[in-house]
Amino acid sequence: MSPATPGGSLLVLALILPVAAMLVAFVLGGRAAERLALAALGLGALLAMLVAAAVYRAGAPLAYAVGGWAPPLGLALRADGVTAAMLLTAALVLLAVALFGRTGHATPPGLAEARAPFAFWCFLLALSAALAAAFLGGDLFNLFVALEMLTFAALALACLEGKPSQFRSELRYLLFALIGSVLYLLGTVLLYGGYGTLDIALLAGRARADAPTLLAAALMTAGLAAKMALFPLHLWLPPAHAGAPPAASAVLSGLVVKASFVLLLRLWFWVMPPLAAAAAAPLLAALGAAAILAGSLVALRQARLKLLVAYSTVAQIGYLFLMFPLALAGDAEVAARAWLGGILQASSHAFAKAAMFLAAGLIAGALGHDRIAALGGAGRAVPVCVVAFGLAGLSLMGIPPSGGFTAKWLLLTSAVATGQWWWALVIVGGGVLTGGYVYRVLAGSLTAPPVTDAPIGDAPLPAAASRGPQLVALALALVSVGLGLLPLASFGLVQVGRLGAAP
Amino acid sequence: MTLDGVLAGVLDGLLAALVLAAAGWTLAAPAAFPATIGFVGFGLLLTLAWVRLGAPDVALTEAAIGTGATGVILLLAVVRLRGGEEEVSAATPGRALVLAAGLLAGAVGLALALAVLALPDPAPGLAAEAAARTAPLGLGNPVAAVLMVFRGLDTLLESVVLVFTVLAVWSMAPDRHWGGRPGPEFPRQDDGPLALLARLLPPVGLVIGIYIAWVGTDAPGGKFQGGTILAAMWVVAWAAGLVQAPSVADRRVRLMLVAGPLVFVLVGLAGFGIADGFLAYPPALAKPLILVIEAAMTLSVAAALALLIAGPPEHPPERVT
Repeated sequence: MSPATPGGSLLVLALILPVAAMLVAFVLGGRAAERLALAALGLGALLAMLVAAAVYRAGAPLAYAVGGWAPPLGLALRADGVTAAMLLTAALVLLAVALFGRTGHATPPGLAEARAPFAFWCFLLALSAALAAAFLGGDLFNLFVALEMLTFAALALACLEGKPSQFRSELRYLLFALIGSVLYLLGTVLLYGGYGTLDIALLAGRARADAPTLLAAALMTAGLAAKMALFPLHLWLPPAHAGAPPAASAVLSGLVVKASFVLLLRLWFWVMPPLAAAAAAPLLAALGAAAILAGSLVALRQARLKLLVAYSTVAQIGYLFLMFPLALAGDAEVAARAWLGGILQASSHAFAKAAMFLAAGLIAGALGHDRIAALGGAGRAVPVCVVAFGLAGLSLMGIPPSGGFTAKWLLLTSAVATGQWWWALVIVGGGVLTGGYVYRVLAGSLTAPPVTDAPIGDAPLPAAASRGPQLVALALALVSVGLGLLPLASFGLVQVGRLGAAP
Repeated sequence: MTLDGVLAGVLDGLLAALVLAAAGWTLAAPAAFPATIGFVGFGLLLTLAWVRLGAPDVALTEAAIGTGATGVILLLAVVRLRGGEEEVSAATPGRALVLAAGLLAGAVGLALALAVLALPDPAPGLAAEAAARTAPLGLGNPVAAVLMVFRGLDTLLESVVLVFTVLAVWSMAPDRHWGGRPGPEFPRQDDGPLALLARLLPPVGLVIGIYIAWVGTDAPGGKFQGGTILAAMWVVAWAAGLVQAPSVADRRVRLMLVAGPLVFVLVGLAGFGIADGFLAYPPALAKPLILVIEAAMTLSVAAALALLIAGPPEHPPERVT
């Protein structure tokens, strides 16, 4: 049973604030929707910090039994270390993207409400609500509802530009996401049939390694992998993410895929018995390794900047799966390191990838195109963006000091410590390939503009004027790097509530 | 075995075979229109299956939403796809892909069937506990107690998803159509079967829809089923050209769409003051509060389904002169 803990009401507020804000913004529309979204996302960041502080102080997960009904009859909201870390990551990235969106999605005073800005602000709030539900949910069916919220919010954001050419790739995205939802739902039905509850904490003690349970886990994993675009189910992601406007791509690539990741952690580290999880982990990690290598190689060969960044997401998602065999290898100290490595990768990639997509969008806006072969002059037109792209790239490559470095170093040393050196090779190889594609972009951006163009200064560069969005991209990149400057001991938060972790 | 038992077994076996046959026919249908008809038939047979399983609430939902509302949306999609044969055939997967998908789906289906047979019998569950705790709340239908009390948060978030979907559909419109009326505009029909239907059906349908929503706390029914019937009545009048869809910029229609989830949130937050916390009801007020939420939700479900059927705005807003 999970009675409400002190601070449990914070979890309700963290979920209900974006829900209520979205509903009211939808009614009011126009400029009011924008103001409401900015206020609610700012307040949401504050709430996420309070939740993280409360979890850290308590040293134990927060819980809230909704309506006073304890599971299994009722539903529980829970916040452990993973929840707190991902909630905070999501809140900060969403707030940054909202500040970025003030330039491109503003409704000027006196003008009538327009489609794209209205949809942008409403769905940014919708996404915030969906992510909160996915991170806080303690019940597998409640998490299914969260996945549905996430699917529709993400899809609408991806279609924001309203170009018919984009609908084709978004339709494919929708099909993958809905098939993923169906597979996840089938799994929950089997688990309810086997145990009479869908509460994660209650299932944790009860699940057996019998045929229905294993099939349920397989179906749910396949469904979540499709939603996360894990290799070889990744083909929908690059066109869907690259075709969206920059602010939407940033949250899609940085945050949306992470919700399915947290659900996978819940499934394999909480629900499933450890022996079954240890057997499945190498398969998951092998797919992750394939994603790292294939995604990086394809990214290296892209001709378009936004597609390169999108393929980089396919590769970086792969790292998340390496933590499964390492955290389940049996050694308690290594498990804690691998666990932190995985969560830190999820968080630092969110900041770095959001920074990269925002920077790529501004570079494309300044140059009027996003062909990597003709990036010359970008360093002069939008220098802050190129710096942001480079810093985010450092974190993705795993070069110290950066959050990505700490994450990959923790995974790498865990691989060596448990004798699974082949994962270490993949981490190093992926880092080198990442360096290759980041270098292509940076080297291209820092060359002089092509001479065949009009004389320099003749063609005005509109995006170069607005510094606000550039600074937002830089701030995100700096957070991603800054995560690597914190001492490891300060990450004790993410260990709170991990099964098998020393209290 | 008694004669009744044998008869029931034969009936159930026949029903199961028919469900499978309808599903197979839907998949094998040569074109989108017959496939949609097959899908509606499949849904009706499934409704009967739920009745046989003693789940009238699920049966009603399957009939109203799974078959009725979805069937209409599919039919409208079929109509809109006419004239786009080239694009449709370009997007239709080839034989090999269809075969691979079929094999994969078949394998998953077989594995599911085997897994269901391996589940513990009798199945563990919460039905007895939910039923036992329904009466103290003043409710007569345990399904309503699960949806509105024990797992109220699921229902609240589902109703929020409905708002997401309507806005998602609207936002697929071209920029210049923003502020326009959703969907095609039908010419007003004063004669013919549709015009007659649109005048005779709504008065009866409105009463039935409200009754089904009202009775949901004590008997099979509720906001989703009742709301669907209300939406259907509007759609009939809309298709006959008797009413126009409201503009997407109309504050009143937006308020109607969010009324359900917003009232649910407000009652939930009130629980901090008048009961044990979020989404908790004081025992004496449980039923009236739930009825208030259900009423608002019925309105929202009806508006959402009607607007999902209408689709995105298809014309620019009319100029105010």
